[in-house]
Amino acid sequence: MNQVKNFTKGFLKENPVFILLLGMCPTLGTTTSAINGLGMGLATAFVLTMSNIVISMVKNFIPNKVRIPSFIVIIASFVTVVDLSMAAYLPALHEQLGLFIPLIVVNCIVLGRAESFASKNGVFSSLVDGLGMGLGFAFALTILGSVREILGSGKVFGFDMHIFPKGVDGILVFVLAPGAFLALGYLISIVNKINKKSI
Amino acid sequence: MSKPKDTFVNMVLTLLIITAVAAISLGYVYELTKKPIDDAKKQKLEKAIGEVVPKFTSIKEFKVKPKTGEDSLTFYQAINNGKLVGTAIKSYTDNGFGGRIWIIVGFTDDGTVINYQILEHHETPGLGSKTAFWFKDTLNTSRSIINKNPGKVKFIVTKDGGDIDAITASTISSRAFLDAVRRAYDTFINFKSKGGDK
Repeated sequence: MNQVKNFTKGFLKENPVFILLLGMCPTLGTTTSAINGLGMGLATAFVLTMSNIVISMVKNFIPNKVRIPSFIVIIASFVTVVDLSMAAYLPALHEQLGLFIPLIVVNCIVLGRAESFASKNGVFSSLVDGLGMGLGFAFALTILGSVREILGSGKVFGFDMHIFPKGVDGILVFVLAPGAFLALGYLISIVNKINKKSI
Repeated sequence: MSKPKDTFVNMVLTLLIITAVAAISLGYVYELTKKPIDDAKKQKLEKAIGEVVPKFTSIKEFKVKPKTGEDSLTFYQAINNGKLVGTAIKSYTDNGFGGRIWIIVGFTDDGTVINYQILEHHETPGLGSKTAFWFKDTLNTSRSIINKNPGKVKFIVTKDGGDIDAITASTISSRAFLDAVRRAYDTFINFKSKGGDK
């Protein structure tokens, strides 16, 4: 398989958020700002890559009927590693993301890639797939977070963009849940348009 | 090699090995991160105390049991050159949207709020997590609790007949936060009426 294609498919062609529509819960929940989206995306990318590598290594030793519980234990271990290290070295971000970090365990992208890719492919392909999909997820969450932060508070990564007149905080709805759906809907339509053109 | 067959022994063995390896490696990571996590928490607490009481030279720390609630509150008396300048109280509430919330709130001698900090919470990011700054917006007097005395102003959200504006779309978190402040205040006043330091 072409590894370059394998890597880049996660960004546009098979983007987990914009095309596959997987992992919607953290996507909508954590993207209140660009930095939260990026942090959540990178945490998920790490778990996805590591679990893809390990699962592709052990896939031949696991009986078929217990593969799902085995995958879940492996994924949950990496999530706990991320949770603990984040609490130790990035306490501020850990506090912002709160309970969404432990919830990476049940993120359907992670188990989805384990089941549909890592359990059928070699270690290197799985590593590339995990990286591509994970960074694609981080990319999507950062874009969505930036859009919501700009519209919701006139800032991006904390820098004031001065797009709103003085005294106006921004459009609150974009920081709240309904704004997440609205912003995501428009982004999906834009990505679909780009994809149609490139094919 | 071919995949092991789905026999009982194979399945039990596989799961046993995987969980054992996971348990051992997680135990190791836990040991590794335990100190940095504790350090980060301690640093945060010290910084938080500094923010909720005036400048101090030493801190006197002790625990006081509140009238309601199981766990003790921690009092940090800020002493500046032998004079008590304020009391920071680590308080909590169990009414949060995501469970327990820990806050630290500083009081002057008569119980007026100096400032507060959220220490630990599990509220929704972007909504309930706004408690961290909402109630200290001194430009917006109806939502700020700074320089107000819970003995004179009703520390209840306006929706429930109180004097403090709740966070938009996060009434539960707001109620919980004010509950934690009231618990700190009640314990503080009760503690003082019983003779304070002794």
